[in-house]
Amino acid sequence: MAEIDNNQSGDTRRDFLKKTSLFTALSLTPLTVLKAADNKVDERFAELFEKIPLNLKVNNKPYTLKVEPRVTLLDLLREQLHLTGTKKGCDYGQCGACTIHIDGVRVNSCLSLAVMNEGKSITTIEGLAKGDELHPMQAAFIKHDGFQCGYCTPGQIMSAVACVREGHANSKDEIREYMSGNICRCGAYPNIVDAIQEVKEGGKAI
Amino acid sequence: MEFFVDENDRVDGVDKVTGKAKYFAEYQLPGLTYGVLVTSTITKGKITAIDTKAAKNAPGVLEVLSHLNKPSVAGYEQAGGSPMKIFYTDQIFFNGQPIAIVVADTFERATFAASLVKVSYEKAAFNTNFEASIKDAAVKKLQGQPPYVRGIADAYKTAEVKVEQIYTMPVETHNPMELHGIIADWQANDKVTVYAKTQGVKSTQNTIANVFKIPAENIQVNSQFVGGGFGMALRTWPLEIAAIMASKQLKKPVKLVITRDQMFTMVGNRPAAYQKIGLGATKDGKITGITHTAFGQTATYENFTEGVVNMSKFMYDSENVNTNYYVIPLDMGVPIWMRGPGEATGAFALESAIDEMAHALDMDPLDFRAKNDPEKDPAQNRPFSSKYIKEAYKLGAAKIGWNNRKNKPGSTIEGSWNIGYGVSIGVFNAGRGRASVKGILKADGTLILQSATSDIGPGTGTGMTLIASKLMNIPVEKIVFELGDSSLPPAPSQGGSATLSTVGSAVNDVCVALKATIAELAANSNMDATSNFVDVLKKNNLPIIEKTIQSSQNNPEAKNYSMYSFSIHFVQVKVHQLTGVVKVSKIVSVGDAGKIVSPKTARSQMVGGAVGGIGMALTEEAILDNRYGRYVNNNFADYHVPVNADVPDIDVIFIDKPDPIVNPMGAKGMGEIALIGFAGAVANAVFNATGKRIRSLPITPDKVLEG
Repeated sequence: MAEIDNNQSGDTRRDFLKKTSLFTALSLTPLTVLKAADNKVDERFAELFEKIPLNLKVNNKPYTLKVEPRVTLLDLLREQLHLTGTKKGCDYGQCGACTIHIDGVRVNSCLSLAVMNEGKSITTIEGLAKGDELHPMQAAFIKHDGFQCGYCTPGQIMSAVACVREGHANSKDEIREYMSGNICRCGAYPNIVDAIQEVKEGGKAI
Repeated sequence: MEFFVDENDRVDGVDKVTGKAKYFAEYQLPGLTYGVLVTSTITKGKITAIDTKAAKNAPGVLEVLSHLNKPSVAGYEQAGGSPMKIFYTDQIFFNGQPIAIVVADTFERATFAASLVKVSYEKAAFNTNFEASIKDAAVKKLQGQPPYVRGIADAYKTAEVKVEQIYTMPVETHNPMELHGIIADWQANDKVTVYAKTQGVKSTQNTIANVFKIPAENIQVNSQFVGGGFGMALRTWPLEIAAIMASKQLKKPVKLVITRDQMFTMVGNRPAAYQKIGLGATKDGKITGITHTAFGQTATYENFTEGVVNMSKFMYDSENVNTNYYVIPLDMGVPIWMRGPGEATGAFALESAIDEMAHALDMDPLDFRAKNDPEKDPAQNRPFSSKYIKEAYKLGAAKIGWNNRKNKPGSTIEGSWNIGYGVSIGVFNAGRGRASVKGILKADGTLILQSATSDIGPGTGTGMTLIASKLMNIPVEKIVFELGDSSLPPAPSQGGSATLSTVGSAVNDVCVALKATIAELAANSNMDATSNFVDVLKKNNLPIIEKTIQSSQNNPEAKNYSMYSFSIHFVQVKVHQLTGVVKVSKIVSVGDAGKIVSPKTARSQMVGGAVGGIGMALTEEAILDNRYGRYVNNNFADYHVPVNADVPDIDVIFIDKPDPIVNPMGAKGMGEIALIGFAGAVANAVFNATGKRIRSLPITPDKVLEG
């Protein structure tokens, strides 16, 4: 949680606002916020000023947003941009279901705060196919039945694409190692390995 | 987006690989709000106060509900029924019990506000210690299943050769990748729509109807895609009722998605087990007595039992068999069937003991099994509807290279690794229930099939489509199978490996009925009996014809047969001499499950069962700190499910011969047998590799080194 929290006093939000305002940005902070904080008018009012501007690209589409600093990139995608292909499996960076690409690198989006991604270019599972033409990795997952329930699948595929691009798909054992950050509880691993190997051996740039 | 390279591909494959498949938490409803649960931090006792002031004043918070201010729920006002009536009690039954729900306009605000709720308790003494409870158990007072005796009880004690051992396993958690939860949208006039993670939309509908005392037709349950269940979504959990309560109170849709750590406490588990097996045999390897006594685990507030000792009654030919099964109530969340359920627990013990006996007799464990393979079901004294176990032994043994196995443990060494081979049987009832399917043939050449069944992953729609495609001679891409919607014709929950048998039979029946109608229409309009249905519909000016059929429950002959699916798992393991690490290096799983309707998805299901079996055998253990009644490894970093690097290539072989009795397809269920027995095969292989018999799952390096 990015929320400043202190259970003893219970009103640290106001303290925080006052301190940051007074010491760092007094002239920039609207007087109304300070008043609201001082008078304990209503946090519902104060919080409106706690959103951070954020510009990023998702699947080549630019977004201009204002988000609370505590919002994870995963929750931003799912709850605010309604790009629900990226899945929440644990929220602790332990399962890989939320794997996306940030500037081409695979990342667990639950471990990245949205506001850390200013100016970044993000690719999610929704951005992988070209129109109706599936990405070769998506097609290979279907061909090799690299999934059952399908919930870990977007994360597996995003990870698999990166695994090949990184040059970590040179053998089955290497694939297994570099795909072990993506858990599949249905147990489709051998099929996932087959799919990745086929794409790798297909030799096409992906 | 059409993409079919192969008729055996999953019908929902494109949706799943593109992110279009919508799971329950992914429906966007106007005015959606977010619920977050507050859970008990004590294990037993009562709530004395809940201070929600700070939470209620936090930004965006709409409501905080607990037993102090919940809306009236008609079914909970009545006496009796489920003792875990959420928000209707101040009693704490287990650590992590949901005791309040905070609803806010965003997930982050609800999560923060939930952290502000202060709860005071009066603690009571509790017991979560399964192992210690076995020792103290006053067996006569425990619930379980009635004792079973065939022939003489405890006959093994007087046998020429006997094995008497204790096998244990810890709590396992289902942990499907999708977190549990629900979206509840209570509307005017006591109507409610839910987007649920459920293995049975009709079951969810019925539970909500019973709790809120509203007509079932007022309740719409949607669950088109389910991100895995493995049994944990076979019931509607109290937390789901909490979200519905909140929606009713707020008159807004409420989404509740629980956290991974909450997945360990409030949505069931595979209970710990303590099993004693006594096996007796003659010196030449004929089993003369089997005694199987099992202790499982249940909750203090609700009873849970499963079929731990079932397999011991009929899998081997023995005149004398007796079983006992008891459950120990603990101050923990109630368990629920987990893949393979009790049978998987029982198979680990029985199949380990069988291996121990084979070793004691200096027999090949396959020969020993074959020698004691019953011709008829010895428990029911009737034939099996189909059983090709001996053929399965041969196929699997050839594939894994069983002839490389030395009967003397520790004989095969490669560098610093000991190599061993193990085998085990799995068996599960080939159940068949009753389902209804509606079939709609359209003049545009398509067939729509509808049933309120589920697909938690095995490929229900794919299997049903293939059945219909073959019967109707319609290509799979022209068939749509709709499921996961409570308004469709009723079907039972997806559990117990029965969906293909149950719903598939109804698909069969509706296709047969549609074909008969087409033939009749053709005859009446002077068309050839083999005319294409499109031509027949057009000629008769019919845009569609439709039929809804409730399948008969069973073949009348079925009562004369015992119907089971069987699996034989062969594994090769490598055990590292210095570290004790066990790696499963080869797997051959043979499925004797009748005719295989959907080869690709069936293979995947067997593969998945083997992967689950690796977890059960080697890594999975939910560890509870009995001082506090809390799990200490309630996350994926500490509770180890198998990852890609734990899993070798897996060979799957199907006998693929139709069962003549079970259903029109001749297909028996497979979801459970894919896992049942697997852990035993690994334990037996570890023994063969090292001479160390590990009788306590999971087989972790410390046990191997100590063993």
